Amino acid sequence: MSYLHEMKEGDSALLMGNEAIVRGALEAGVKVAAGYPGTPSSEIIEGLAKAASGLNIYVEWSVNEKVAMEVAAAASFARLRSICAMKQNGVNVASDFLLHLVGSGVRGGMVLVFCDDPGALSSVNEGDARFFSRLMEMPLLEPGDFQEAKDMTAWAFELSEELKQIVMLRSVTRLSHASGKVTFGPLSDAEGVAEFRFGGDFLDPDEGLMASFPVDWKHRRQQEKVARAREIFETSRFNTYEGPERPELLMITASGCNLYCREAINSLGLEDRVGLLKLGTTWPLPVKLLTKHLSSTDRVMIVEEILPFLEENVKIIAAERAREIGVKTFFGKSEGVFPMMGELNPDLVMAALVSAMGIDCAPPCPEYLETARRTASVAAPVRDQVLCPGCPHRASFFSIRRAMEMDGRRGFVCGDIGCYYMGIRPSGFDAAKTLHSMGSGTGLASGFGKLERFGMIQPAMSVCGDSTFYHAAIPAIINAVHNNSNITIMVLDNKGTAMTGFQPHPGLDHNIMGEEAPEVNLEKICRAIGARVEIRDPFDLEETRETINELMACPDGVKVLILRQVCALSPDRKNIRNFIMKVDENICLGEECGCGRFCTRVFRCPGLIWDKEKGKALIDEVICVGCGVCADICPSQAIRKEEAAQG
Amino acid sequence: MNVKTPGKDPYNIIITGVGGQGNVMASRILANMLVEKGFDVTIGETFGASQRGGSVMSHIRVSRMGTWSPQIPEGRADIVAALEPIESFRVLARYGNPSVRVLANTRPIYPATVIAGESSYPELTEIRELIEKLSARAWFLDITGEALKLGNPILSNIMMIGALSALEDIPLDREDFAKVIARTFPEGKREDNMRSFDLGLEMMRSA
Ligand code: SF4
Ligand code: SF4
Repeated sequence: MSYLHEMKEGDSALLMGNEAIVRGALEAGVKVAAGYPGTPSSEIIEGLAKAASGLNIYVEWSVNEKVAMEVAAAASFARLRSICAMKQNGVNVASDFLLHLVGSGVRGGMVLVFCDDPGALSSVNEGDARFFSRLMEMPLLEPGDFQEAKDMTAWAFELSEELKQIVMLRSVTRLSHASGKVTFGPLSDAEGVAEFRFGGDFLDPDEGLMASFPVDWKHRRQQEKVARAREIFETSRFNTYEGPERPELLMITASGCNLYCREAINSLGLEDRVGLLKLGTTWPLPVKLLTKHLSSTDRVMIVEEILPFLEENVKIIAAERAREIGVKTFFGKSEGVFPMMGELNPDLVMAALVSAMGIDCAPPCPEYLETARRTASVAAPVRDQVLCPGCPHRASFFSIRRAMEMDGRRGFVCGDIGCYYMGIRPSGFDAAKTLHSMGSGTGLASGFGKLERFGMIQPAMSVCGDSTFYHAAIPAIINAVHNNSNITIMVLDNKGTAMTGFQPHPGLDHNIMGEEAPEVNLEKICRAIGARVEIRDPFDLEETRETINELMACPDGVKVLILRQVCALSPDRKNIRNFIMKVDENICLGEECGCGRFCTRVFRCPGLIWDKEKGKALIDEVICVGCGVCADICPSQAIRKEEAAQG
Repeated sequence: MNVKTPGKDPYNIIITGVGGQGNVMASRILANMLVEKGFDVTIGETFGASQRGGSVMSHIRVSRMGTWSPQIPEGRADIVAALEPIESFRVLARYGNPSVRVLANTRPIYPATVIAGESSYPELTEIRELIEKLSARAWFLDITGEALKLGNPILSNIMMIGALSALEDIPLDREDFAKVIARTFPEGKREDNMRSFDLGLEMMRSA
């Protein structure tokens, strides 16, 4: 099978934005890559790992984003090119190290790729991580299409080496997970020889101390790098202009919005009236280039997603140069032309253009769309995201919910990030009542567990997944134990980073390179910290529920319950049916059943459906994965399981 | 090579379904078949959390003029292929128009609220009528039923590509499919995929 490192110079192929970034890194001769999985960034590290065996590259999934950045920085300090990749909120996790890294500078080219998720298509936040570039004074690049995703990634390494500074490259979901044509350049044949030099003068960037200290000296160097980046950006080929010399309206954009702007201008036939300044280098902005374009017109529209980052930076330049370029009318977010949240699309950009240009433009087929909308609202019932059929989390949350009801003290769960975020939704029986960042459920529980003296009698619990446990929950558990917080922590251990596509983590016996790796044992860590540890199979509903009740009632500090069962989509379980399921129609009482349709109304596994004609429960053979759990739900034992033949 | 050109540039195809049905795989194979024909193709899709049983949609834009927005503008779909029948409504409500054509798998996947009895799922006859009203032409195929006979419902997505290849105005053909499959799947899986493609094509021809 052909893959990214096997494609030749001059060939082209349909690549996902993330794959284009991988190819760019390979063309630049990247030697070390590290990251933590997070949609939409995960395919970058995965793609590099696939190429790793053919080329001499080291790739790892690190325990969290901060460590990933440290691992990549070590390679850079040893004069190798390195990359780290993460989603938007991952940059927050890494930011403490990053603040110091920009002070120390780097040696081998080092690129931080982060993927923002405008519209929170697969996030529980809409963080705009571009602001880190200004906050921490380092250059920011934003590819505007698939080809640029490759080309700019490759260039980012050169830039980083020239500046001796880490360079940020931003993608967004609609580039990372979209695909378009990319033409390849040559792969690098540079050999990587790692050596960490420290024999030179203390302040020597190549052979001295790697530190952000002494701060005044280093901070000054850092700002000189920003000034140098600005100069380089003035003539960058990734800043392009298309349109008339004196446009009636100048659009300034970057990233995926470039494609929306192009489509909008093209659809409205405004090529001769509107200019499009597409910026690839968005911080620091090239002041001379901006001044030149701002001088060409009085009306400026700025198109970007989430917060007005580009807009504010352009406005600063416009204000500073006002005497020279005159007063501008802006069409941006502060003017209410575009929203400060959610993603954009060609329609929103078209609508803004239509109104700014005062043109008449009827939408393509308003009556049709009105009818179609009305039809959809009645004929297409909402399809909420649900836990997969056979998902162990459904069983876990089912037992947690029942245990809380039996306990009767209005207990609650602090939720966390992973598939089990659905604990806050009906699919997770609304068991979880808080949801924030990685590992925060356990930190919150640690805090709730100390509120007894203020009259709080509700028992606090938390859930976290196995990957999240290693990423950020361990300090929270240590905190809870040391501070004697009385809580129950449930680790939903499904043997992999399920939500993002099954990346290995430190609890498993292999790594992303497919090599054997020492398992870091979860229960031993918890015991060593001083927690009481129990392990159950969540598919055993009754035993799990009893255990939770016992732990909730136990007043002695931190209890960790590991609910261990492999994810339904895990390569180890996929396509393996343990049981053939059947509903015995003669036993199923249908609507008459005193249980109030416990099976389908409450448990809601998508594999168990309702036969309207017969008024009985029914197994959907296409959806059911044969986990067998629902057999224990039906009080009349109408749901039968039969061991499936394996082989 | 005599390449049939879609009448419109860009030509917009939407493949929709429910997470887990192989939407992404279908859109990538289809797009790569069109790349074989020399078109510039842009795909836009959302996935990730979408494997968890939510509605999913891939936008495929076929052009001679380079890269387009990965999101199709409102009202501009030319073909909608629905791996799950009611998902076509969600797509048509935003991207449909009087000349759109729809190819729908008839096998329902019930949303959680339907299973729980909190909302109702329309009867197939009603779905057909409504889709027919909202399209210039519509086809309804029991693709999953046939895929089950082949022993694996996941092959539905490949059968859908076979069915789409019966349409005159998109230049999808068997040889390109074979080439793309050879790059995508290990040897052992290719035959099943070829068979599914052929079956989809036949179903469409006799529909
Ligand atoms: S991917 Fe695994 S953990 Fe996530 S919802 Fe599906 S079965 Fe559950
Ligand atoms: S056995 Fe029951 S709970 Fe398990 S997947 Fe099938 S229907 Fe769902």
